[in-house]
Amino acid sequence: MTANLTDPTNQGRPLLLQGNEAMVEGALYAGCRFFAGYPITPATEISEVMSWRLPAVGGTFIQMEDEIASMGAVIGASLAGGKAMTATSGPGFSLMQENLGFACIAEVPCVIVNVMRGGPSTGLPTHVSQGDVQQARWGTHGDHPIIVLAAATTRECFDLTVKAFNLSEKYRTPVILLADEVVGHTREKIVLPPAGTIEVVERIRPTMPPEWYIPYEDNLRGVPPMGIFGDGYRYHVTGLTHDVRGFPTERPDEIVPFMDRLFRKINQHFADIQMVVEDLTEDAEVLVLAYGSVARSAKRAVREARARGVKAGLLQLITLWPFPRGLLEPHLRRVKAVLVPELNRGQISREVKRVNQGMTRIDTLNRIDGRLITPAEILDRLVRM
Amino acid sequence: MKRYEIRLAGSGGQGLILAGIILAEAAGVHDGKFVCQTQSYGPEARGGASKAEVVISDEEIDYPQVIKPDLLLCMNQRSCEAYAFDLKPDGLMVVDDSFVHDTLTTLAVPLPFTKIAREEVGREQTANIVALGALAVLSGVVSLASLKTAVLARIPPGTGELNEKALDAGIAAAGRYLEEKAGKSQ
Amino acid sequence: MAEITKLIHKYLRHEKKFPHVWCPGCGNGIVLGALIRAIDRTGFSKDEIVLVSGIGCAGRLTVYVDFNTLHTTHGRALTFATGVKLANPKLQVIVVMGDGDATAIGGNHFIHAARRNLNLTAIIVNNNVYGMTGGQYSPTTPYGARAATAVYGHIEQAFSIAELAVTAGAAWVGRGTVYHASLLDQLIEQAILKRGFAVVEAISHCHTQFGRRNRLGGPVEMMRWQKEVAVRVEKAKTMTPEELKDRITIGVLVDRELPVYTHELRKLREASQAALGAK
Repeated sequence: MTANLTDPTNQGRPLLLQGNEAMVEGALYAGCRFFAGYPITPATEISEVMSWRLPAVGGTFIQMEDEIASMGAVIGASLAGGKAMTATSGPGFSLMQENLGFACIAEVPCVIVNVMRGGPSTGLPTHVSQGDVQQARWGTHGDHPIIVLAAATTRECFDLTVKAFNLSEKYRTPVILLADEVVGHTREKIVLPPAGTIEVVERIRPTMPPEWYIPYEDNLRGVPPMGIFGDGYRYHVTGLTHDVRGFPTERPDEIVPFMDRLFRKINQHFADIQMVVEDLTEDAEVLVLAYGSVARSAKRAVREARARGVKAGLLQLITLWPFPRGLLEPHLRRVKAVLVPELNRGQISREVKRVNQGMTRIDTLNRIDGRLITPAEILDRLVRM
Repeated sequence: MKRYEIRLAGSGGQGLILAGIILAEAAGVHDGKFVCQTQSYGPEARGGASKAEVVISDEEIDYPQVIKPDLLLCMNQRSCEAYAFDLKPDGLMVVDDSFVHDTLTTLAVPLPFTKIAREEVGREQTANIVALGALAVLSGVVSLASLKTAVLARIPPGTGELNEKALDAGIAAAGRYLEEKAGKSQ
Repeated sequence: MAEITKLIHKYLRHEKKFPHVWCPGCGNGIVLGALIRAIDRTGFSKDEIVLVSGIGCAGRLTVYVDFNTLHTTHGRALTFATGVKLANPKLQVIVVMGDGDATAIGGNHFIHAARRNLNLTAIIVNNNVYGMTGGQYSPTTPYGARAATAVYGHIEQAFSIAELAVTAGAAWVGRGTVYHASLLDQLIEQAILKRGFAVVEAISHCHTQFGRRNRLGGPVEMMRWQKEVAVRVEKAKTMTPEELKDRITIGVLVDRELPVYTHELRKLREASQAALGAK
């Protein structure tokens, strides 16, 4: 369906792309050269397009035997030097959680796309949902930091895939990009940016003599330079809690600094990681806080509310985790009420309430029937708030 | 043009999602408008309900799905019954009367897309392209030149002539309908 | 310096990681010895080798050796190895797993890795039991044997790992025991040099968990058993099925030329780039 993409003269010309296709283009733009995946609705188009786009740029596509294997292969490829990615939906995302935790503890950069569909279990394969927001945060076992972004448009699918790779390489962490069935399947016009116009971050590699390399040693950024298999910096990578040399440890005086650093490397870079889009918020009295496809409904509803004299504004979350509380709090102190529409039973609104601490009123609007919340539903609530 | 909403509905296998993509590509890529194309479908590849939607606008599109269609195409009876009353009051409804025997409203434009595809074009599967040609004439929402370019870019290799014929047959059918209607009102 | 001392100095991470976690008398040390002797003979540098392991006693092997080492999650070692090999086909990727690791939790990955035929070496240390967690039955625990989760005797049939690998399509399959240590050296060396997916099943023993519960004696008695039941593949061909009952064949079970994944991938890339250029 996107055969015209192989024509390099199409760069700079408008194309009609699905969100799923735009994520492939974003990944290639960011330098992704490895993709492992397993077919699943509504994320399959990402695998399909990767299967012929990657070999053409000298990369590797492989369809693995399941999503556990896909995630393992992605981590292996990243350790051997390649920017690597996988894409799935709810059931496959559940299977990936095991090795996603490995990527967290071993600090292996990689990007995981989850095009959300209705759940739990097989749920509603062809219908939209935002039911995996908390799973993206806490899906793998144990305390761990994670970065999760949410895209709403085809353009955001492209931009945030590039961003996901950048954050992943910069902070040596898996980054989860959440789309949903509507975002993944909607076709929109997009002009792909020419190479070199958007920042692409490469991972920091060690430069000291190999015998001086301490693979998990702390530094100011909290992110140690990453040796690549075969480059002379031989070291041990393990899912066990490890010391600065990467060897398993059970000593409290080594466990605590390690876990502290894992969190610190994300926490001290909140300003770089946490992103929102402010839309008509300066004078807003009622705020809609939304993300993903629902943010598009909210954007329309906010305009319709303004036409009816309600001073509404939209705060669209781009970063879901770490939750951008610092960007939300000034609004909570000022607005009369906040409405959080979501395609789940309140997975982000509970976070908003936790941050709110009684500052203002938090209302929720939840839909779990596999249909997108309409602008009319949000408008109806806004005019009554 | 402010927001213009199109819904193409029928059953799986009638090529409506491809028709939606072609329409979106014609309006977005070739006519330079903003477009959003969405779809809904069941698990079956053939025979289930199928729906494609296209939103066209001069401005950036927020909500990507159809709220109330300006243009509705029903390719079978079931879709007609499901969506006829969603239509905007001044909206345009077009049905394939090869399959739709009760249009529920006298304002619907009945044209036998599948019959034309089978008898005039020689291939029933081109009914979606016949319909696109007619929709372009009846609604004026895309230019015929853009539509033709978009059709030829999205169809399987080697079927260009066939699909061009289908497009022309649809354009002609809509033209005949408009002439007849003009004749009646005089 | 004795040959073995040289190898120890060259390949072991002696400054930090010893003593090891294995019980005295464990077969894992023999497998580790065979592995470094085999690698030394192949002539690959330490930087070229990536040693990947799963979880369990055998999985701990990676921490002791000075290669690029990757200690993965339980059963998933082959999936990580697949990614490593595809990202840099110049690396020699060797995967060490246990029987439960490779054929229970990792059974699906194992058969698909065999079918896919990447140029990987898989060494499976088969001691018929989950040793690290305390002696629960594994897919290779024999019918009737006792285990921590089969106190009245095991009621399931066992897998034969090497035969499973042959059936799943591995290009090269060998089986040895930790008693026949020099054969094990040779098998691992051949497996590393084989172009394609090569499997070495190393029959080992867990006297601590399996031997004790089944009154099989200590490591010496269990290794004597390996000596008694093992029969060379070449000799087995001259024996009747009755004679081969309860015997284990050792040696090279299969050696065949199959399309190697990375070669096929290279062709695929060339084809897709040619198709692009033709436009």
